[in-house]
Amino acid sequence: MPSHPVLLPPRHYLNDGFGVKSWLLTRDHKRIALLYLAAVTVFFFIGGAFAVLIRLELATPAGDLVTDDTYNKLFTMHGVMLVFFFLIPGIPAVLGNFLVPLMIGAKDLAFPKINLASWYIFVIGGTFTMYAVVTGGLDTGWTFYTPFSTMSSTSAVVPAAIGIFITGFSSILTGLNFIVTIHRMRAPGLTWFRLPLFIWSHYAASLIMVLGTPVVAVTIVLVAADRIFSFGIFDPNRGGDPVLFQHLFWFYSHPAVYIMILPAMGVISELVAAFCRKQIFGYTFVAFASLGIAVLGFLVWGHHMFVAGQSVYAALIFSFLSFLVAIPSAVKVFNWTATMYKGSISWDTPMLYAIGFIGLFTVGGLTGLFLAAVGLDVHVTDTYFIVAHFHYIMVGGTIMAYLGGLHYWWPKISGRMYNELAAKVGAVIIFFGFNLTFFPQFILGYLGMPRRYHAYPPEFQVLNVLSSAGASILGVGYLIPMVYLAWSLRYGKIVGANPWGAVGLEWTTTSPPPTENFAEAPVVTWDAYDYPTQVEGHVV
Amino acid sequence: MWSGTPLFPVSASTMAPRVDALYFFLVGLTAFFSLLIGSLIVYYAVRFRRRAPDAIGARIEGGAVLEITWTVVPLVIVMGIFVWGASVFFAMSRPPDDALNVYVVGKQWMWKFQHLSGVREINELHVPVGRPVKLVMTSEDVIHDVFVPGFRVKADVIPGRYTQIWFEPTRTGRYHLFCAEYCGTRHSGMVGEVIVMEPDEFQAWVAGGRAEGSLASEGAKLFRDLACNTCHRPVAQGRGPVLEGLFGRTVTLEGGGTAVVDEAYIREAIVDPGARVAQGFRPVMPTYQGIVTEDGLLQLIEYVKSLRDEDRR
Repeated sequence: MPSHPVLLPPRHYLNDGFGVKSWLLTRDHKRIALLYLAAVTVFFFIGGAFAVLIRLELATPAGDLVTDDTYNKLFTMHGVMLVFFFLIPGIPAVLGNFLVPLMIGAKDLAFPKINLASWYIFVIGGTFTMYAVVTGGLDTGWTFYTPFSTMSSTSAVVPAAIGIFITGFSSILTGLNFIVTIHRMRAPGLTWFRLPLFIWSHYAASLIMVLGTPVVAVTIVLVAADRIFSFGIFDPNRGGDPVLFQHLFWFYSHPAVYIMILPAMGVISELVAAFCRKQIFGYTFVAFASLGIAVLGFLVWGHHMFVAGQSVYAALIFSFLSFLVAIPSAVKVFNWTATMYKGSISWDTPMLYAIGFIGLFTVGGLTGLFLAAVGLDVHVTDTYFIVAHFHYIMVGGTIMAYLGGLHYWWPKISGRMYNELAAKVGAVIIFFGFNLTFFPQFILGYLGMPRRYHAYPPEFQVLNVLSSAGASILGVGYLIPMVYLAWSLRYGKIVGANPWGAVGLEWTTTSPPPTENFAEAPVVTWDAYDYPTQVEGHVV
Repeated sequence: MWSGTPLFPVSASTMAPRVDALYFFLVGLTAFFSLLIGSLIVYYAVRFRRRAPDAIGARIEGGAVLEITWTVVPLVIVMGIFVWGASVFFAMSRPPDDALNVYVVGKQWMWKFQHLSGVREINELHVPVGRPVKLVMTSEDVIHDVFVPGFRVKADVIPGRYTQIWFEPTRTGRYHLFCAEYCGTRHSGMVGEVIVMEPDEFQAWVAGGRAEGSLASEGAKLFRDLACNTCHRPVAQGRGPVLEGLFGRTVTLEGGGTAVVDEAYIREAIVDPGARVAQGFRPVMPTYQGIVTEDGLLQLIEYVKSLRDEDRR
């Protein structure tokens, strides 16, 4: 580490043009990543605000804070905002956009204009959905189940459906851009098995985005058409089938869970390697586990419908396949753990998030086994057990990885370091707030408290109060990084190209990188995470 | 504060202990692996913490034996859980033949129960202890879901078709009945109670119920009022099939194929008669969609079930 003061490079992507136009018309993947960062942060806090109101209402058994219709809109909009506008785009569109070209030694994504277009599509879709929120709201649940959404709901289903339909195209285009870029634009010498695992997991997630998203787009058009033109596709009185919707919806929306978690797993692989200064144990197994998850993920949608009148044998097949998809996830967890053995482990903030992720994802994944076991799923599905389970995966998994990744690459993005103490405190608060919020919900679920309940029997109150208390801690936890990251943009210590001493092409260029990413086109002669040959130091 | 706070649900049906056993096994498994992974990562993070700023981790690329072990061992474990979960589900899916039938109609936002004796209830279901009960369920509007946590049973209640669950209560008492599929404004108000009684108390309760007539006799009345008997006559020359003794048989269909005459088939034959016409008949029956209520359909089905071969003339 140099002892003389480090200066920002004279020329980098942040000072390459100023003013609104230089941002809104940019084709630089790094600036587009920051545009996404701004957009998803807004949606994250809107979705989070709905959660605050939900937990406040549930602090007492009676439905006394808001009306039942308002409550139904709150949990619907909480889900819609955070699933479609934060969790699905979050890691790929922000970190993926910023890092895919940097990690493979490319100047930009394959289609920079399409990349910018996908951001505009995303914002237009989000605006449409927000329009639905303010003009009557949406009360169908984020799952839009028919025939409630087509025949019964009086809320703004069509505008929200259009918003989600539009947003889907942003996801398809991003996925397409990543696939082409990863195939065609790798630096000389960067073979498939030298790629960082972040790239492998983004590749797998991109496949799902491209293949799955059109299905949900079609499904949501059918819902809108059924409402506007009364086709009766999902209306049993006219020969339609309401359960058909669930098949179509989950055919995308289950793989969508893997769009949320695969990039998160990619981030964790990077964090574990960097903060153990060590190769990922079983690199090829971890890489192929991503593809295995992407493929198997398309075959398990029926496990959302074990109690929805599907045949006993269909349920068994979906149960079997759901157990299979658990295996590649378990393989990843074991490999991350094994990577730590004889590592050189630092306790920097990103590593705290990575350790938090591994723990919470393990609990989230194992509780998934309860739901795959069909005879047990009957009791716990549609209760708070499932709410707790998927929050362990999506909040404990995806959001922890997102924050860990944001901290790890923050010096690359901004050229500056945040306050380490504030960051550590924030990470610990988030971890405890998270567990206090969602662990009691497992118990509530097995007791039988159904999800989406505005009012509940009084014997469930203590556990609900604990959960609400946890949520307020978690809410504070999420505000802390906002403060110190914003602060660091101006006052943070300037760091050099590679403040963590990490291996990876993104760390070979300046922080922040120049618009064209690399002064000279890199040539790769080493494997991913090859610490002994790529950084100076002594092996422990 | 904790005195009124249960941490585990009451176990009140023959199915509950079977579900709970699987649950406890999985809780144990989750605890074991979470603690294993959790303590390993914490131990490694401390034991192998970075001691010098330029220290690099040991060069370990992986090992095929370990990879195969931690692929195969979890695979074997989850296949065991799969079989266990499937066997519990099979038991849940097969109601005993001697089960007491109760019909359930869900609508926004109430539950209607009809006993075969003709007794009707709203948001309350009385059943005897120690006797299997089968619920045959449908909805008048959107999808609902009958969920009785104390019995560990749940199934969606879907418009346009019949679904069923069964349970055998093992102890008397009052148990929560929840709607577990989101159904609109008063979803969380679509709740009720299952009241499990001693058999003799249950008999007294049934006798005290103000039934207008059994479900089948109500169905017979409806059958006459709708003039179904002009075509469905107990002699073979009618325009429609003879219904006496029909329930439970397998019929050959016009255009090939067969159908088992069960509740769902009879329902379909009334609301969508052209869908599966019995061989030898023409599709002349008009639809009764919207003319007969879901309650009425259940009465008609029960009437058809009550018609025996020996009633033929």
